[in-house]
Amino acid sequence: MKSVYIAGAGMTRFGRSEWPLMQLASVASLAALKHANLGGVPVDGVVVANMGAARINRQTALGSALVDQLALYPAAAESVENGPASGASAVKVGFQAIASGMADVVLVTGVERMRVVNGMEGTDFVASLSHPIAEYIYGVTLPSLAGLFARLFMEKHGVERKHLAMVAIKNHANAAKNPYAHIQQTITMEGILTLPEAVVNNPPIAEPLHMFDCCPVSDGAASLVLVSQEVAAKLKGPKVRLAGMGQATDTHTVHERKDPTDLKSVRIAAEQAFRRAGLKPEDVDVAELHDAFTILEIAESEASGFFPRGEGHKALERGDTQLGGRLPINPSGGLKAKGHPVGATGVAQLVELTWQLRGECGERQVKDAKIAYACNFGGFGNNVVASVLQREA
Amino acid sequence: MGNISDLEALLRPPAMEMPDYPPKAITLASGEVMVVRQVAREEVPTLLEAIYPLLLVERDFYDVVGARLFGELLAYKRFRVKDEYVLAGLIDGVLAGMVNGRLVNEKTGMSYHTLTIRRGLRVGSHLFAAKMEYHIEHCQQEEVLIVAESPIGFRRWMIEYPLEKRFEVQHELGGVPSWVLPKDTYYAAKPRLVSGRRPISEELMKSAQTILLPRQETVVRQVAGEKEG
Repeated sequence: MKSVYIAGAGMTRFGRSEWPLMQLASVASLAALKHANLGGVPVDGVVVANMGAARINRQTALGSALVDQLALYPAAAESVENGPASGASAVKVGFQAIASGMADVVLVTGVERMRVVNGMEGTDFVASLSHPIAEYIYGVTLPSLAGLFARLFMEKHGVERKHLAMVAIKNHANAAKNPYAHIQQTITMEGILTLPEAVVNNPPIAEPLHMFDCCPVSDGAASLVLVSQEVAAKLKGPKVRLAGMGQATDTHTVHERKDPTDLKSVRIAAEQAFRRAGLKPEDVDVAELHDAFTILEIAESEASGFFPRGEGHKALERGDTQLGGRLPINPSGGLKAKGHPVGATGVAQLVELTWQLRGECGERQVKDAKIAYACNFGGFGNNVVASVLQREA
Repeated sequence: MGNISDLEALLRPPAMEMPDYPPKAITLASGEVMVVRQVAREEVPTLLEAIYPLLLVERDFYDVVGARLFGELLAYKRFRVKDEYVLAGLIDGVLAGMVNGRLVNEKTGMSYHTLTIRRGLRVGSHLFAAKMEYHIEHCQQEEVLIVAESPIGFRRWMIEYPLEKRFEVQHELGGVPSWVLPKDTYYAAKPRLVSGRRPISEELMKSAQTILLPRQETVVRQVAGEKEG
């Protein structure tokens, strides 16, 4: 298998956008291509990740559309829909194309424009990833699944609401340093949990999860330029290698799992990614985890192998996962505050990590970061893609 | 024909006695403290200045809400609406949002508008609750008639409280069928929707004495959910 490098990374600001879907995708793609500075090396392939355009934007075949928008003909074009894991799945398609020798340069762009529909319709669209007969028809939504998961996880491991609040506070603080983040507002423990006003400031969404435990609904796009070792050798700037990827699935319905709090797919995907990269969780300097709900950052930090089972919240208490801590998690602000345009999220995680490894993150830079890890969590853990990035000297 | 004062008396609606709204302090999610207080007629021009840049902002019906609120505040300032009141939310003296309404009669109130400038911190929710508090607790009214112009308003008022339908009554805002918040529903919702501390310190009150405005560009950016710069 040939080595794959990330030569360029770019994204739009996440939030609510007035731009049409393909303009979002184009702006992120052009930013990544500019960042890569390919100097005339042609793009062989384009992969676009998206979850809901067919339904909410009435547009399909986004890969072909992006090739046309950017005049990248005759580049091969693909579209990838894999729920909330669409982004990293699309990166995997690009990775495979280069690793197999079929392509030397692949542009991977994730895009979603969800704010064109109201919150109820948006929630319903995302809920369509749940099991149609065993979950969806009973009114299951992602917040409700996360609420059930959170209650079970908290009871089992002694996690309290204050720990969930700590995740939110940390990620909001990080996002305040990220000009691309949807929410750039710091929050306090008093304001969201301990003062009487917190009842109004932070209302319940799906107990025990409250408003500040849930990610916002965002529009946005993120893009990566993947290149072969031969192309990477000709480019200037730091070299970031996509050192390993892993992917695993689990039962569609959450209740069929022996232990619903065990994120088996995260564990397996992470193990694969680390094994293929020839690295271990303890080698990682910075991570982006899929914190669509605060509880997931804690659970994924354990399942990815960073902390023993049931001790993710203790690491949080120690400050290990803060900027400046032993393993900063979600320096971008995570889905929680950077935002979650579903199809773009998995790509955006790797955009942040590429910038981190290149030392381009300004105020939120993790010092001397050389190894990075991302977990893109699809469904409710039924399809997970993990990635390990390494900076080469 | 009488003199100009006689004519003014005919044009000006008769006023009921209205209690003052006692100021309160609310700590927001950000940890910032918002003072909610009544706005005097002479302060209205400052609020109009804040609303003006929103008149062409279509997002979330800020244009409709802004234009109507602009007119209502002008009418309040120049005595052309009966028994109107205005409350403002101020963070370090800077305007974060405003609400207004009026008393239809002793028993029934009518909510007009809620306009949030500082978004993402439930400022609108707090201010709307303060408005309901004023009608029910301070004016001792039995009910408040309410409509929403945006889906956000619908979620906040109709669903969160929840309000009851009173569709046979046309609301003054465009003749839209009214919803109503009865006193009992208000008190049932109060523990989860109405907050704030009284009395507030002299120092805090002093900080909220003069209404400061964010720059016009900042107002537009904030309602669009964008960061300055």
